[in-house]
Amino acid sequence: MDTALQHRSVTEPTAAPAPWGRVRRSRHLADRALKIICTLFTILGAFVLGWILLMLLIEGIGGLSPAVFTETTPGPGSQGGGIANAIVGSLILTFLGIVVATPVGVLAGTYLAEYGKTSKLAEVIRFVNDILLAAPSILIGLFVYMLMVQPMGGYSGWAGGVALAIIAVPVIVRTTEDMLRLVPGSLREAGAALGAPMSTVIIKISWKAARAGMVTGVLLATARIAGETAPLLFTALNNNFWFNPNLMGGVANLPVMIYQFALSPYENWRELAWAGALIITMSILALSVVARLLLRKDKVR
Amino acid sequence: MSTIALNTSSAVGKAAAGNAEAPVRIAVRDLNFYYGDFRSLKDINLDFYDRQVTALIGPSGCGKSTLLRTFNRIYSLYPEQRADGEILLDGQNVLSPSIDVNELRARVGMVFQKPTPFPMSIYDNIAFGIKLYERLPKSELDGRVEEALRKAALWDEAKDKLRQSGMSLSGGQQQRLCIARTIAQKPEVILLDEPTSALDPISTGKIEELIEQLRAEFTIVIVTHNMQQAARISQFTAFMYLGELVEFGPTTKMFMKPSKKQTQDYITGRFG
Repeated sequence: MDTALQHRSVTEPTAAPAPWGRVRRSRHLADRALKIICTLFTILGAFVLGWILLMLLIEGIGGLSPAVFTETTPGPGSQGGGIANAIVGSLILTFLGIVVATPVGVLAGTYLAEYGKTSKLAEVIRFVNDILLAAPSILIGLFVYMLMVQPMGGYSGWAGGVALAIIAVPVIVRTTEDMLRLVPGSLREAGAALGAPMSTVIIKISWKAARAGMVTGVLLATARIAGETAPLLFTALNNNFWFNPNLMGGVANLPVMIYQFALSPYENWRELAWAGALIITMSILALSVVARLLLRKDKVR
Repeated sequence: MSTIALNTSSAVGKAAAGNAEAPVRIAVRDLNFYYGDFRSLKDINLDFYDRQVTALIGPSGCGKSTLLRTFNRIYSLYPEQRADGEILLDGQNVLSPSIDVNELRARVGMVFQKPTPFPMSIYDNIAFGIKLYERLPKSELDGRVEEALRKAALWDEAKDKLRQSGMSLSGGQQQRLCIARTIAQKPEVILLDEPTSALDPISTGKIEELIEQLRAEFTIVIVTHNMQQAARISQFTAFMYLGELVEFGPTTKMFMKPSKKQTQDYITGRFG
């Protein structure tokens, strides 16, 4: 090889502009300015969030007492009471929602990532899913009202669960697809090269590789529906009693309880609303933290 | 003459001479391959001999990986890719629709350029392929896993951590794990797609030794960019260029006195 050529380029720099001071001063300023502006707005966002949390803590902790977790919501004018029925009701509704939404969401997301890919049908489903992701949740409440509450002749926990599931499905579809797409194609090829049929490759390899991300998606969807109010207004409603074992009639739940109690003229109701808001926020925070930890653990491995 | 040619010619002596007496295991007849409308293999006719190592060489984009990927029909994962012609494995055309691709792939194993350990334990990585086609009691499965790891020269390094993730191994070990996984299925043919190009020289050396040992049992086809490697480990070499087979012959002859000028130019590093 012509090594002389390489030497020349090192020892004789081509027609030389001054080596330093070529970057204009205004560029440094613009660089600095953007950094400062971004930092300021980040602080602003964090400040608002911190304020909300602080207010919630101050108001909510005052309302917390053992009775909150043991007694049912009080009727108008009566003293004391708790929100045990709303806590358990919310747990049941969220559980119902996520149990319905997880298989639908995971399988649909798997279809998009593994089978549909760029086909016309997959593109359409993806588009519709994005619309559903952004749909106003009150609309979904109305839809389930027409679909279930009217035909069944009354509000029920089942209708509430289905409404929450409809909110959760697009979230799970999206995260499942995104996580499966992060699985390198070479892994699928390697599975296929051993003579594994596509179903085995998906279940034993793709799902396994994307497991942490998919579980995180389900947890985040759970956090999302745990605080949803609008879809429950027309479906599970809310009341001051323990729910029927068959979940027919209204089922007490935290978000609607907060909505109704916070607007009430009774001091003890408003305190319970704050306590409920604190409990729900802390639960969602805990879920998100667990989701984060799961993802991080997977990355380390 | 450049240094590359000197190295290769001295290396040729080390590999055992090709045995053209060996029966033909894979016969490629009038093979054409298409990515959509682009024809990337043109009328390939080529024989691969039983229990010999055949190297496919040629510049990037010449179609050597494409050719390799037709033998186990792995290309058929992608609907826009298509092959026509015949690839006869023991006389049977594997491109025929009546052949079950999954069974074919259990007979024709493949190892890829980048190590692809599955997200499971070392043990399960190897058991995965075996379990697809055989139902074995635990003790027998254990034996098969050990045998595969021994043959892939990974047993001593892995025997104490069979339950650890396959991803915890180094790059070279991961590649040997992939080879172990492939031979555990007892295939007849092993396809190697640039198996050492992502590895350091020491790991590369180990894999090359391994290939030399595996030749006793398996028919091996290897795609490589490294001509010294082709010279060291193969008995036969096929040189491809722009989708065509330029020259095929015993490796010694291909590197010492190729009959085509194009081959001579590529091997001596004048283009490519």
